[in-house]
Amino acid sequence: MSEDIAIGVENLGKKYIIGHQKPERYTTLRDAIANKLKSLGHQPLRQRLNNDAPGREDFWALKDVSFEIRQGQRVGIIGRNGAGKSTLLKILSRITEPTTGRVSIKGRVASLLEVGTGFHPELTGRENIYLNGAILGMSKVEIKRKFDEIVAFAEIDKFLDTPVKRYSSGMYVRLAFAVAAHLEPEILIVDEVLAVGDYQFQKKCLGKMEDVAKSGRTVLFVSHNMQAVSQLTERCVILAGGRTHFDGPTDKAIMTYLVAQKESFDQPAYYQAPPNKSGNHVTWARVHTSEPQGLHCWGNPIIFEFALNITEPQEGVCFSFQVVNAHQQAVTYQWLFDSEKPFGHQAGKVILRCIIPKFRIYMGTYKLITWLSGRGRIITESLSDICFFEVTMQSIVRNEFDWHPDACLYIEDANWEIYHP
Amino acid sequence: MAQLEKSGSIIFMLDRSQKELVIEAGRSESQYWKDLWRYRELFYFLAWRDILVRYKQTVIGIAWALIRPFLTMVVFTVVFSLLAKLPSEGNAPYPIMVFAALLPWQFFSNALSECSNSLISNANLISKVYFPRLIVPASAVIVSFVDFLVSGMILLALMAWYNFVPSWRILTLPAFTLIAFALSMGAGLWLAALNVKYRDFRYVVPFILQFGLYISPVGFSSTIVPEKWRWVYSLNPMVGVIDGFRWAIIGGQTKISWSGFTISVGLVALLLLGGIWYFRKTERTFADVI
Ligand SMILES: Nc1ncnc2c1ncn2[C@@H]1O[C@H](COP(=O)(O)OP(=O)(O)OP(=O)(O)O)[C@@H](O)[C@H]1O
Ligand SMILES: [Mg+2]
Repeated sequence: MSEDIAIGVENLGKKYIIGHQKPERYTTLRDAIANKLKSLGHQPLRQRLNNDAPGREDFWALKDVSFEIRQGQRVGIIGRNGAGKSTLLKILSRITEPTTGRVSIKGRVASLLEVGTGFHPELTGRENIYLNGAILGMSKVEIKRKFDEIVAFAEIDKFLDTPVKRYSSGMYVRLAFAVAAHLEPEILIVDEVLAVGDYQFQKKCLGKMEDVAKSGRTVLFVSHNMQAVSQLTERCVILAGGRTHFDGPTDKAIMTYLVAQKESFDQPAYYQAPPNKSGNHVTWARVHTSEPQGLHCWGNPIIFEFALNITEPQEGVCFSFQVVNAHQQAVTYQWLFDSEKPFGHQAGKVILRCIIPKFRIYMGTYKLITWLSGRGRIITESLSDICFFEVTMQSIVRNEFDWHPDACLYIEDANWEIYHP
Repeated sequence: MAQLEKSGSIIFMLDRSQKELVIEAGRSESQYWKDLWRYRELFYFLAWRDILVRYKQTVIGIAWALIRPFLTMVVFTVVFSLLAKLPSEGNAPYPIMVFAALLPWQFFSNALSECSNSLISNANLISKVYFPRLIVPASAVIVSFVDFLVSGMILLALMAWYNFVPSWRILTLPAFTLIAFALSMGAGLWLAALNVKYRDFRYVVPFILQFGLYISPVGFSSTIVPEKWRWVYSLNPMVGVIDGFRWAIIGGQTKISWSGFTISVGLVALLLLGGIWYFRKTERTFADVI
């Protein structure tokens, strides 16, 4: 292992034995004895040691995971529910043992798999700070030194001597996070702890985490919040079904992940007309987003493509479409008149492409409404709710603010000038 | 403050140069015992928490540690001495003889039930943070030990009341206390570890304790057990402990069967070493099954 590798993971695997019948993970003695008796005698010892009761099976929560993290690197781990993220972190923090493989760690590790582990409801805030600090691996001297800072961060000074069972859940979380935030390890392992507390506090936590990350510590961060991941990390590992699916720069990883996410559900980003359609109509429509699966990064070129089948050629044909957001609000409108660029007075198939070099519509999900009209503005066909696509702001990281959904409809290019009169 | 920070950075540098930690399947960590020492503060904190919590919800708090053994002593004295007319040991008043046994018995009984439940009741800690798991049952025993010390005051009060002056033997009491400690810990470790995997052991513990009270010489003196049954009787390690306590506290002509005592101590040692072995063996899967 080279000098500056903080965490080295080689072929890591973790096998769980899961039971299908019972909700509990522990066995009862009766089952154990029954199984022992059943398997006694006629089976080789090796097999007898395996848990071969009916309804039980091996399950690999992690398999062949390998990666290396350099000292001071900030790495995110993303993946769907059950992908094995927490399992990985548990192995790295020595809570559970791997089944196969090897991990080597250089440096003092602090892991934060849950805020407020070991908080006792009967104890006061003050007492819990000490207890929780000790549980997270701080020494008493260290806690004493940081006590005031912790209290100030949590903003609970008035309730310091109240049992935490009387706290609101927000206060509880604040206190718990405050203790954790004052850990000073060389390697920090964090699992999904920001998904709690109110928005203000989440921001504050994120800021604190950023300070930690910027101070040159190695950080391993699991979250479902892509905003937080892209803000805090420079590299991401995607886990899928316990295996490494991707390992690379954060922005690319998030894109890959979001695309894979969309694959499984959601309406398609194209439209196909039913075969029995007659008259002038759209045979298919497609949105070419910057990423696959109808995912578009804000500011990139986008192409809307429509194939028309002209069976009744005529003068004055017009095709137009609207981009509509989730609130059924039309955000932009584009049109094409046959009188300007002829496309409708010849029978047959014609393909129209509308290219927008810089698509500036704000993040959200969008769909199209199309209008095809003929002579005298008579509408021949109108399609609505087709070609779903999604715009994300992931390509643009703003450190100070998160992107809020529905903050605006679109973002205009602008230049700011500053004068000091 | 500046100085603290300075020393902090020195520690930081030392940690840097420390050799890497390797995590592998089935690796028995050579530094387990060192880790146990490193986490001693957590051990104090867990014990402190349990003591604090215990007395927080109660009105008379610490007095419970006095009332319970005292009332038990009164009942035992009435039943065994006044009704059953069993003899005391030496010339000690019956209450003192009962209490000399009640003290280690209650310690054992509390420690065993706390200890065997300790892992389950700290399940969230075990599945979310790393520390040598041995800390949890050990701190549970410590909590019962504090109760033991508190109820020891009753003994002093009884001695004062009966004008009873103990002999030099009382100085050997710590040794017997240590045996009681080892016994609670040994049995506790077995039960705690088994309890994680097989929750049935929840029901086994009260049974052991109830049964144990009858076959241990708590309410009566060991002298009423016929000599030829003595060695079978000594297979119960609490017999050795209780006889030892009586020998040390009552003094005088109290006899202790040293051969029986040796059997008891041997069993305690076996139980403790076996307990540590089994605990260490199963410890690595606690987080997965709890
Ligand atoms: N102790 C256990 N016993 C049996 N199976 C387990 C155990 N712990 C986790 N698993 C299984 O392992 C898989 C991975 O779980 P893990 O908690 O690592 O997922 P995750 O990626 O953290 O998911 P989430 O995003 O929901 O937190 C899951 O299918 C889970 O059911
Ligand atoms: Mg998880």
